[in-house]
Amino acid sequence: MTDDRLIIAGREFKSRLWVGTGKYKSFAETQKAIEMSGADVVTVAVRRVNITDRSKENLLDYIDPKKYTILPNTAGCYTVEDAVRYSRLARAAGVSDLVKLEVIGDEKTLFPDTAGLIEAARILIKEGFVVLPYTNDDPIVAKKLVDIGCPAVMPLAAPIGSGLGIRNPYNLKILMESVNVPVIVDAGVGTASDAALAMEYGADAVLMNTAIAGARDPIAMAEAMKYAVWAGRLAYKAGRIPKKLYATASSPIEGML
Amino acid sequence: MGEAIKIQVNGEIRDWRGGVTVADLLRDLEIATDRVAVEVNLEILDRAKFAEHRLRDGDRVEILSFIGGGALCIGDGSVDAPRVGEPKESKERTASPAIF
Repeated sequence: MTDDRLIIAGREFKSRLWVGTGKYKSFAETQKAIEMSGADVVTVAVRRVNITDRSKENLLDYIDPKKYTILPNTAGCYTVEDAVRYSRLARAAGVSDLVKLEVIGDEKTLFPDTAGLIEAARILIKEGFVVLPYTNDDPIVAKKLVDIGCPAVMPLAAPIGSGLGIRNPYNLKILMESVNVPVIVDAGVGTASDAALAMEYGADAVLMNTAIAGARDPIAMAEAMKYAVWAGRLAYKAGRIPKKLYATASSPIEGML
Repeated sequence: MGEAIKIQVNGEIRDWRGGVTVADLLRDLEIATDRVAVEVNLEILDRAKFAEHRLRDGDRVEILSFIGGGALCIGDGSVDAPRVGEPKESKERTASPAIF
């Protein structure tokens, strides 16, 4: 799988599993799980520094930005203005123009506000950002995002943190066929088979956080996800057999008594 | 140093001395200048200007950095810092009923 590189906006990625860094019990656990997952892209959020408790450790002491591509997100942003502001802050705090753009539409579902997303993406692309948009499994919206210059799209499989798996595989497949940029399935994965399925459908990568961090054993689940993404990718490239209603014998009739 | 001033740092009012720079403030708060973004009155300040930008009475300073996060959101458990410009109170989300 080493020659099977994912390329987005001229950047090359080894791993097709991308992981979030939230919800872990400790930075040490975060570090170990990411290592086990084999991911080389990790998402982070941008928040106020705790100025009253200075002893607090920094996530980036555990996740070496030289080893991993740090992908800041705009999680928690419900307006175009907030998403743009946080993207600019992320760029100021970090070293790259990459941003996983989220404009959340609703607190209960955390579904993206796709109208706001397109608007924010347009502003940020004009400012030189490489915008990876967290979007719905809507092929038309995905096409619009690509048209305005997003080098990849990140449709959800199911609501963030729900673990429901791929709720609309047909839409997701249509979406993948509708755009000519990498598709990273983001959010909704519950277990390894969900990740494998996303890759079998033709996703270029899968991003997850809760499925690993929330597992009883996050480090073991991280490893499971690594193999699931590999298996799904290999199966996709190998080409599955068509589904048929009736049996087809795999042993020859010839030579039977 | 200069006269007493009040500035707001990450939502908290703090007494300070006039004439201090952003670099002085970060040093005083023991915050490393790399990996942070600083906003003064909603304007992002270039890291190269930390040492020359002097703070004035009433300035609103925001200091931000990267924390653990994935496809998640405020109130999700792991993100305990408040959003920029919002009061420091936890925003409880009602737990959704189990569906299985």
